[in-house]
Amino acid sequence: MRWIAVWRRNMLVWRKLLAASVLTNLADPLIMLFGLGYGLGALMPAVEGMSYISFFAAGQLCTATMYTASFESMFSGFSRMHGQKTWDAILYAPLVIDDVVAGEIMWAASKAWLTGSTILGVVLVFGLAASPLVLLALPAAFLVGLAFSSVGLIMTVLARGWDFFSFYMTLIMTPMMMISGVFFPAERLPAALLAVAQALPLYHGVELVRPLIAGRFPDGALVHVLVLLGYAAAGYFLAIRFARKRFSE
Amino acid sequence: MTVLSARGLRKSYGASEVVCGVDLAVAAGECFGLLGPNGAGKTTTLKLCLGLIQPDAGEIELLGEPVPRRAREARVRVGVVPQFDNLDPDFTVAENLVVYGRYFGMAAHEAGARIPALLEFAGLSGRGDAKINTLSGGMKRRLTLARALVNDPQILFLDEPTTGLDPQARHLIWERLRRLTQEGKTLVLTTHFMQEAERLCQRLAIMDHGRIISQGSPRSLIAEHIEPQVVEVHGPGYEAWMERARSLAPRVERAGDTVFVYADDVGPVLKTLSDEKELAYLHRQASLEDVFLKLTGRDLRD
Repeated sequence: MRWIAVWRRNMLVWRKLLAASVLTNLADPLIMLFGLGYGLGALMPAVEGMSYISFFAAGQLCTATMYTASFESMFSGFSRMHGQKTWDAILYAPLVIDDVVAGEIMWAASKAWLTGSTILGVVLVFGLAASPLVLLALPAAFLVGLAFSSVGLIMTVLARGWDFFSFYMTLIMTPMMMISGVFFPAERLPAALLAVAQALPLYHGVELVRPLIAGRFPDGALVHVLVLLGYAAAGYFLAIRFARKRFSE
Repeated sequence: MTVLSARGLRKSYGASEVVCGVDLAVAAGECFGLLGPNGAGKTTTLKLCLGLIQPDAGEIELLGEPVPRRAREARVRVGVVPQFDNLDPDFTVAENLVVYGRYFGMAAHEAGARIPALLEFAGLSGRGDAKINTLSGGMKRRLTLARALVNDPQILFLDEPTTGLDPQARHLIWERLRRLTQEGKTLVLTTHFMQEAERLCQRLAIMDHGRIISQGSPRSLIAEHIEPQVVEVHGPGYEAWMERARSLAPRVERAGDTVFVYADDVGPVLKTLSDEKELAYLHRQASLEDVFLKLTGRDLRD
């Protein structure tokens, strides 16, 4: 549990910069939610038996969680690792690189979870959820955060410069968002694209959260949970592996 | 008692071997200096001793623990001052110490209780709430030193502790490091400042091209490697004078437009200089720098 000291360090910095951090993490997704949700929603009939804004809220909750996890693990993580050399300083103490990687992943996942749960709070306040079952979206959001933090940290420990993250964001995250059922049901996609979406974590997050907002227990919940956990575990082990290599040089 | 020992240490990066068979032993309570030009392998040697990188060959023992296998356990009682400050810019001076203490498993009140003494040591009393970017280079260095002491270590590793500091800041660091050795702490430092090595270290290892080429106290190194008297000469006509000097002293060297004459007795050399009104000269005792330049050469290192 040595990673907790790393997690706490990041949490303390976040607490100091709370106002700016909350604004950037929450304002954007909420503006999107209400802008697109009400704007587009007014033009559309119910989608899968939900109002469009409720439908979109599930996608937006997962997307915002994904973005917070990715930004924190990649941009903030790289700044700590590469720019500030905070990781180096930590490694003089009785911690090893595995502890730092675990602390960074858990921190990014925690911060992402906070984004997800705040959006969930907004969903509740605006009456967009059908039943208390929606509270199960809280652990689901943490899983989404964990999966993307782990994958993001792989990018961080492989990166030689800031540009590296643009490739991941533009070539992987943005297309993933388009095919994962965030804006429209993924089942409308051609079979091949749907298969791609199903191999990626965001789709499974949305498939968990959307029924919960609609007041139903998700079908195949176990599969969705296992895929998200699989990405988290694989990301964790790969990030540690690459980090060990980077820091043994 | 030996607190740090390394035998047959080797480390390569790609085709170039950076550390090629280093042996060293540091006794408890001494200040041991690794002296060498840039790129000699000093920093890599320190990192190997701390278990931060894996050696290709060799054995290391730090505070009784085998490194790198149990380096983490050893580092509980170790402090590190890196070559480049990596203080946490998001925290104040005091927060830097508390957060760092946590990496050693210290609760906030434990580290907090040590803060006044650490700040006093660092000459930063009353600056606990200052932001890192408002500190001068010397203050940052002292805070980094205080941070390395937060866990009250037995042994302190310092990588070029005064590089980039002005003389005032440098003297203050030296004074603090001497205070630490008086308190019984073991210091291992790398440097390429002879003055620093001469003033602080009881024992030195001169390192070049990944090897230790000589070891001993500053005085014994001077006695062993170099004639005790030096005359430095420069000015118009120094080349002609240099030829005359060769017959009067065992070793005459030239670096740029300056001639260095080394001898046990420089009387005859000084006599010839009294006739040379054009030449400027300096007669001095041989120093560690002369040893260093003799052993590592006068060529530029980058």
